[in-house]
Amino acid sequence: MPDTATKPAIQFQGVGKRFGDNVVLDGLDFSVAAGDRVTLIGPSGSGKTTILRLLMTLEEANDGLILVDGVPYTHEMRGGKRVAIPEKRRSLVRRRVGMVFQQFNLFPNMSVLENIIEAPIHVLGVPKAEAIAKAEDLLEKVGLADKRDARCTQLSGGQQQRVAIARALAMEPEILLLDEVTSALDPELVADVLAVLRNIAETTDITMLIVTHEMQFAREVSNRVLMFDGGKIIEEAHPEEIFTSPKHERTQEFLRAVL
Amino acid sequence: MSDNLQILVDLLPRLGEGVLVTLELTVGGAVLALLVAFVLGLAGRARTRWARVPSRVVVEFFRGTSLVVQIFWLYYVLPLPPFYVELDPLACGIIALGLNYGAYAAEVVRGSINAVPTGQWEAATALDMGPVHRLRRVILPQAWPLMMPLFTNLLIQLVKGSALATYVSLHDLNFFIGELRKGTTETVFAYTVGLLVYFAIAYALTLVMNALEARAKNNVGQGPSLREILRLTPARVDTAEVRP
Repeated sequence: MPDTATKPAIQFQGVGKRFGDNVVLDGLDFSVAAGDRVTLIGPSGSGKTTILRLLMTLEEANDGLILVDGVPYTHEMRGGKRVAIPEKRRSLVRRRVGMVFQQFNLFPNMSVLENIIEAPIHVLGVPKAEAIAKAEDLLEKVGLADKRDARCTQLSGGQQQRVAIARALAMEPEILLLDEVTSALDPELVADVLAVLRNIAETTDITMLIVTHEMQFAREVSNRVLMFDGGKIIEEAHPEEIFTSPKHERTQEFLRAVL
Repeated sequence: MSDNLQILVDLLPRLGEGVLVTLELTVGGAVLALLVAFVLGLAGRARTRWARVPSRVVVEFFRGTSLVVQIFWLYYVLPLPPFYVELDPLACGIIALGLNYGAYAAEVVRGSINAVPTGQWEAATALDMGPVHRLRRVILPQAWPLMMPLFTNLLIQLVKGSALATYVSLHDLNFFIGELRKGTTETVFAYTVGLLVYFAIAYALTLVMNALEARAKNNVGQGPSLREILRLTPARVDTAEVRP
């Protein structure tokens, strides 16, 4: 086990990300302690989702370092130069990070159960019987035990998202990234998904990074809120504090618009 | 007319041989084309230029040159110096058809893989699947149903293209249609029979391909299963039912 007591779970050191001329993140520094539940808020285009995507290696940072448990993840400094870390080493870190997407992204060629057991068996090498037992437990936990053999295309959006959560948890991640997981859902289906996530927050010590527009949920689940604007953190505080008395003018504006 | 039919009946066994040769060319060419298509199609999306550029060159070359010239080249040029490779005419036909249609099909493979939503790649990456695992278990099963209708088109074209094999001395269906014309001296009759037999082969292949396409679609949760289609039971609703 890494020494999580002293090393932050996630550390961004001067991380920059550009898409062409568009600077999305600009020399970003922040860290997240193990077990923290951090909500990222801010106007769209402020770089929140990009942070999650960098942590999942779906995007590549242009500058800076990202460390997980103090270990460089995608790049490291060698002889004063920033060099990419080879895929094999990235993979070892990546498998400790899980992500749930806005669009669920279940595999339509697999049943619900197959979606959940695919990676534990073929990536982590968990024996099949064990993976199935684990998946059944998780389906129970997200309230979909009866959908074990269903096709994903037969499920509602809310059900698909709960399967996607179970699929991410089956990898036993230490860090879970939630990218606007309720934004694509019909309003009446949001509550079930949030209930499942609340339950995970209460019963596990998984580090969570949450990008959401559900401010009530953010308030209940997270212990820290980071307000982003223009690729930088402009305010950071406990949810009670930031939602009741935001200090920065941009935060006040943003919260007035969304609450 | 009855004379013509008598001659047709007499020629029937030989016509059958011709159909057999045409089917050999078709199946052999299609299998080779499929292989070529996947190799070139996957290489065409590779990250390294050392795979992408050769794939591109080969695809453009075989798409851009005439099938007739390709067959003639294999048959007449390969035995000459400096190659000295003498190929069986059937092999010439199969190789030319496989390379030519494989080049077209490579574009189908490449395009269909690119058409799988990026979210699927990302979800697989988030589960730390490696590139091969991701392709084999997630992407290709979803690209396959997209490829099927286009493969059906190419297969039908390949059947018809196989008629060129007559010109490298193969006794295929086209050759026997010529024989029928000589025997009956009725050009209209002979070539009409020819059209009908080619159509019958193409239509039978279309039915098989449609069944495979239905199966491939059902595998990604679209449309009824093949069993449901064959049983002629009403197809189940395939839109997502919303159960809160």
